Formats: sequence, C-alpha cells, structure tokens
Amino acid sequence: MVPARDALLLAAVLFALGLAGLLVRRNVIFILMSLEIMLNAAGLAFVVAGQRWGQPDGQVVFLFILTMAAAEVSVGLALVLQLYHQYKSVDVDAASRMKG
Amino acid sequence: MNIMFYIAGAVAVAATVVTVTRLNVVHALLYLVISLLAVAVVFYTLGAPFVAALEVIIYAGAIMVLFVFVVMLLNLGKAEARTESGLLKPSMWIGPGVLAAILIAELIYLVTAGTGGAYPAGMVAAQQVGMALFGPYLLGVELASMLLLAGLVAAYHLGWRKPSRTEVR
Amino acid sequence: MQLLWLVPAIPFAGALVLLVFGAALSRKAVAIVGVGTITASALISLLIAGIYLSAPPAGGAYQQYLWLWIDVGSFRPAFALYLDALSLVMMVVVTFVSALIHLYSAEFMAGDEGYSRFFGYMNLFVASMVTLLLANNLLLLYLGWEGVGLCSYLLIGFWYREPANGRAARKAFIVTRVGDTAFSVGLFLLFRDLGTLNIQDLMQRAQTNWAVGAAAAIAAAALLLGGAVGKSAQLPLQTWLPDAMAGPTPTSALIHAATMVTAGVYLIARTHVLFALAPPVQFAVAAIGAITLLMAGCSALTQNDIKRVLAYSTISQIGYMFLALGVGAWGAAIFHFMTHAFFKALLFLAAGIVIEALHEEHNIFRMGGLYRELPIAFWVFLAGGCALSGLPLISAGYFSKDQIIWSAGASAIGGMGFWAVALVGVLLTSLYTFRLIFVVFFGEPHTPVSRRPGLAMVVPAVVLAVLSVIGGYDRGPFMSFMSKALPGFVAVPGSGVAENVSSAIAAAAFLAGLLGAWFVYLRQPSVAELLVANRAGSALHKFWFADWGMDWLYDHVFVRPVVWITWANRNDILDSIYDGIAALAALSWRGLSLTETGKLRWYAMGIAAGTVIFVAMVMFL
Repeated sequence: MVPARDALLLAAVLFALGLAGLLVRRNVIFILMSLEIMLNAAGLAFVVAGQRWGQPDGQVVFLFILTMAAAEVSVGLALVLQLYHQYKSVDVDAASRMKG
Repeated sequence: MNIMFYIAGAVAVAATVVTVTRLNVVHALLYLVISLLAVAVVFYTLGAPFVAALEVIIYAGAIMVLFVFVVMLLNLGKAEARTESGLLKPSMWIGPGVLAAILIAELIYLVTAGTGGAYPAGMVAAQQVGMALFGPYLLGVELASMLLLAGLVAAYHLGWRKPSRTEVR
Repeated sequence: MQLLWLVPAIPFAGALVLLVFGAALSRKAVAIVGVGTITASALISLLIAGIYLSAPPAGGAYQQYLWLWIDVGSFRPAFALYLDALSLVMMVVVTFVSALIHLYSAEFMAGDEGYSRFFGYMNLFVASMVTLLLANNLLLLYLGWEGVGLCSYLLIGFWYREPANGRAARKAFIVTRVGDTAFSVGLFLLFRDLGTLNIQDLMQRAQTNWAVGAAAAIAAAALLLGGAVGKSAQLPLQTWLPDAMAGPTPTSALIHAATMVTAGVYLIARTHVLFALAPPVQFAVAAIGAITLLMAGCSALTQNDIKRVLAYSTISQIGYMFLALGVGAWGAAIFHFMTHAFFKALLFLAAGIVIEALHEEHNIFRMGGLYRELPIAFWVFLAGGCALSGLPLISAGYFSKDQIIWSAGASAIGGMGFWAVALVGVLLTSLYTFRLIFVVFFGEPHTPVSRRPGLAMVVPAVVLAVLSVIGGYDRGPFMSFMSKALPGFVAVPGSGVAENVSSAIAAAAFLAGLLGAWFVYLRQPSVAELLVANRAGSALHKFWFADWGMDWLYDHVFVRPVVWITWANRNDILDSIYDGIAALAALSWRGLSLTETGKLRWYAMGIAAGTVIFVAMVMFL
C-alpha cells in the first residue's frame, strides 16, 4: 500500500502548482483552470484522509467538492462571457475599475 | 500497485506544470484533462474506485468540456496566443514562484513531521459511499442539489445578454 | 426686623424688571421703578436701624436665615443675613446714599439712550452691595463681591459705542480680578484649615486654633488683603480707578466713591480677628494705606480732568481708611467711611452738575468763574471740599480724619512715621481740593453755561451737603455704637501726641494747603507756570500725572509679554498636535489606498501570502 504521507505530498505539490498558476496568469480562463487544479488537490487530500481510516467520509466530501466546483465553474464562465463582452478582452487586469 | 501510484503521480505533476505554462488555451485545457485522468488513477490505487469514476465523469468529462465550450464561444485561438506571450514574461514567475515554494516547504514540513506514514486501510467500495450519502450525509446531498440549482440559475442569468439591433430575432 | 431680606431683594427685583422689560416701559415708569426700589430699600433699612437702636437684639447681632445654598459634606454655606452694628451702619449709609444718587441720575441720564439699562445695572449693583454687607458667610460675601465687580464693569462701559470706555471697563475688571483671585485662594485656605466659611464661626475657630503670628493666619490674611486691595483701588492695584471715570457721573459717585471701593475696608473690618492674628499683615495694611494716600494725593495735584482729581482723591481717602484699619482703629475707619460716602458722593454729584452745565466739559482749566453762574453748585461743592480737606469744626471730614491721624500716632503698630504721613496727606488734600475749587469756580470763565440743573439733581446734592457739615458731630455716640461690633482702639499710653495737639497741627496743615492753593491759583497764576517750567518740575509733573508711572510699569511687565506670546503662538502650536493627528490619518489613508489596485491578481496574491503566513504561524507558534 501507498503511505498516506506520499499521497498528501502529491496533493500539496499539486495545490502549490495551482496557486502559482493562479497568481501568474492574466488570462481569466487560466485563472479558473488553476482554481480547478487547486480544488482537485484539496479533494485528493480529503480522499487520502478518508482512505487512511477506511471510512467513506473522505469520498463523500470529495463528492461535495466536486459539486461545488461544478457550480462555481458554470457561474464563473458565465461571468467570463460577460467580462469579454464588456471589455472585449480576457485580460483580468482590464477589469480594474475598483482601483483606489 | 505502489508503482502505479508513483507513475500516475508523476504524470499528474508534469501535466499540471505544463498546463500552467502554456500559451495556447486549448492546449492547456487538454493537458489539464490529462492531469485529472492521472489523479483518477491515483484515486484507484488508493482504493477509492467510486471517486475515481466520478473524477473522470464529472471533472474531466463535464467541467472541462464546459471550459472548452466557453473557449470556443470566445474564439480564443492563435491570435490570443500571441498576446498571451506578451503578458507572460519570465520575470513574472518570481513572486508566485517564491510564494508557492514557501507553501510547499511548509506543507512538506507539516506532513512529514508526524509519526511516520500511516497506510491506507484497504478499499472503500461504492456501496459504502452510497450508504454514507443516504445516511448521515443526506442533508449535505440536498444542500448540494440546492447549490447546483443556484449555480444553474446564476449561470443562465449571467450568461444572457441583450440582443443587439442587428441580430435577427 | 424680619424685613431685613427685603433690603437686597427689592433692588434685585427692580433690576430684573428693568433689564427684562425695560425697553417696553416709558421713561417715567423706568425712573419710578429704578428710584423707587432703592428708596424703599433705604426706608426699610432706616426702619430696621431704628428698631435695632431702640431694642438691640441679644448678643448684638440679628441673623436671618433664608435658605441653604450648598450642601456638600461639611460645607454648608447658606443664604443668611447677619446684622450687627458694622453691617447696619454700612447698609444704612449705602442705601441712603444710593437712593439720593438714583434720584439725581433720573434727571442726569434723562438724555441718554439705555435709560432702563442704566437703572437696571444700578439696582443690581445696590442689591449685590447689600448682599455683600449682610452676608453671614464669606462665600455669600464673595457672591456680592463679584456682583459689584460685574456691575462696575457694566456701568463703566455703559456708553459702549466708544471703544475707550470698553477698554476702561475691561481694565477695571481685570485688575480687580487679580485681587479677586487672591481673595478666593484665601477662602480656600480658610476653609481647608478651619472647616467653615461662616464668619462668626471662622473668627472663633481662628482664635482658638491659631496663635498670633501663625503662618496659616498670615497667609490667609495676606490673601484677603490682596482681594481688598484690588476692590478698594490701593497700591498696587489702584490703576483702574482713574480710568473708571469713563462711566457716567452717577456711577462714579455711587460705585467708585461711596460704596464699592469701600468693600475692601468692610472685608478687613469684618475679618479683623484674622488680621489681629497676623501682625505683619496688619502692618502691611497700614503701610499700604499710608503710601497710597501720599501717592494718590500727589497725582491728584496734577490732573486736569475734574473727575480724575476726585478719583485720585478717593484712592487717597481710602488709604486713610486702610491706615486706620492697619493701626487698629477699626471704628475710626468706619466713621471715616461714613463721612467720606457723604462728601465724596456730593463732590461727584456737584461735578456732574458742572459738567452738564458746561455741556460735557471735563477739563478744569476750561471752566472758571462759575460761582456766579451756578451758585448752588458752588456752595455744595464748597461744603464737600471743606469736608474732604477737613475744615476744622464745621465739616464731618475733620472729625473723622482727626480720629485717624491721632490713632496713627498713638497706636502700637503705627508710630510717629504714620502720623507724619497722615499729616502730609492732609496738606496735599487741602492743596488739591482748593486748587480744584479755585480753578473751577473762580477766575475767568472759559466756557459758557448752557444748562441749569433741575430739582432732581439739586435736592440730593443739598441733602448730602448738609450731612457733610453736620455728619461729624455724632462721633462719640457713633464710636460707642461701633464698639459693639468691633474692638475699640488700644492706644499705647504715653506715645504719640495728645489729641488736641494733633488736631491743632492738622488744622494748621489744612490752612497751609488752602493758602498755598489760593496763592498759586488765584493770586499769582504765574507761579504755577514757574513750578512746571524747569526740568525737574516738569518731569515730576509728568510723573505724577501718570500716576507715578504705574500704568507704564504694568504695560511693560505684564501686558507686552503676554501680547508677544500670543503673537508668537499665532499659528497655535497646541492646535498643531491635533492637526498632526489628522495629517497622520490622512497619510495612512493615502498609503493604504495604494493597496487598492483593483486588480484581481493583486488581491489573490494577498490572500495567498496571508495563507502562507498563517500556516507558518501555526507551525512555529
């Protein structure tokens, strides 16, 4: 069997990569993708925890995370469409009218 | 079985790295799909086949397809790739890179500081998960469905735009 | 006797009515209310005096308790009135003279706007003064003290459209304030050490608790002396009284001659036990009186304005009263107060008649030859002047002043030095008084007479003139009456000169002054010019004219540094602390608003950094 520690390490690495991507990219689509990567990593951590104790709870939580990710992506992409129509670009820095 | 885990893990990490650094959106999306599939394999090796299936069906199958549709609607192709290269300079990686590195270091420390690696206790089958969902987590399931409803309504409302004059009714 | 409370209450009610409704009343109604209240008050006080004399209350004092004023712990001053021989005499004199002056001013002020305001303030003044005199505790006395100070300010600056009058009023108020502050610190000291402000209790406790010459007694007495000096315009706080002549003449007559300026004398007489316990302070009282009477006498000799001569004369005469108090001749001081009230008020009223007749002319060298034109004014002025300088045997001032002069020589505290000073004072008084009379009423007329006084102005003057002549004959009964409230004079046997000798020398000084004035001003006017022509003479003349340079001194020592400080602080350094706080807040706002870039990635970076830091905290703390 795989030690839980290694699986958690994998989750950590994936999460960090997602975070880096979130902070670097200016394209909104990439930001949303990085967000998905991070959510996935978090879900992986949950599943590992559930498996370590042999309970289905980890997988249940993963299901909820999945649901939440789905809802969030649909709303987020709808917003991206609106953004594109307003500013004619997918650069997230274009929407900085809240400056100051 | 263990070796499968490590290979799938490596594939996941590599695919993620590539995703984050691509200039073309569609390419990045496809690499992301690969990463998700690799993670599904990881789930299977850990003894959670249910979520492995869910990962493939919903995450890689539905959510990523949603992304592809939107990219198609926005018509982001080669032209965008050029602007994207202008936006993505190597110097921009410094700050996030440092932050991510610190985070990884902290998490590694936290994870390895415990009392050695515990081993997962065998497979948890789909039946067990189903019984948990219909039992203690029933309320959570209902709430999740409410969330999806809200997401649906919001996405419909936000995605709708007034037709311009030149459009055919 | 139960009507005692009406004596201050009726004028106070009159003041309220006049100040609130005065503008709506007719001139006649205002005059009736204003004069009537004081007249009623005077009549009631005369009635009470009659009752007191015929059937004196037990213990020599009558107390009337009105209501409890403050009730805090052991501090319970009340509105209570205390009537003994001292306060009775002063109350009668004050109300009687006030009534006459109010009648006078009904005609004098008839041409001015603010008629009701004037009578309102004068009524308020009389109410405060009577409260001061009748108070049985020092706090109520202080209330009256402040009340008269306020009315003095209001009345000096009565013609407020003229900025100089406002300045004079402010000067009066501020200078007396210095004294009032000393007085209040003295009150604090007395209460802290003796636990009460009720005057009779205070005197008893002071005698039992403090030995003669105790430091606390000296401190308290010195502070009370400070207050008295301010109110009574003695050295060093006498600079306000000459400028206070900017007010209307009836005000000068009432407040600055007969009544308010004697409040200090009353205070010292009331708290004589305290002063007896502090011999250095009592000596200081006499010394201040002696020095002041000389200084003011010299200054009066050089003045041109008729009212300023009388103002300096007032300062000088109150110096006599202080001298009497200082050497322990308490009764003599009060006797002189009474005669002084009569003749000084008379002199001011007569001066008012002259000023009005010559259409607001104040300079005596532009008057002259008036004894033919204004005979009544001449005779009353002469009566008052003789009383002031002490014409032997037929003026009231002679008897009172003589008493003081002899006491100064024969007392344990005084000695021949004070006696000599008092005699020089007589010479000076006679000099400047007759200078005034000769210049104003004799010689060539320089200004024509345009108005003759009416009955309302003449009658009070004549009444006071009669009193100035006959008021001294009751010296014997008066002194024995006063001994009920104040200790008698203790003469050191064998010291000083005999009374007759002292009186004779004083009479000689009077004659010398009279002749000197006649010579210089009537016979050979060129002598006056000669005296001033040479350098020493003219310098001395200027020095005395400017009140021995006191105004210049105070201006340079106090006023200029303060004005400089306010100029240096014109940007208000203390305010810059608050400005600094505000500026700091604005600066931090500007700094923090830089973090609001509006960029999504910036905020995401913030969240990520925060997460990293928190995880680190969890790890290490």
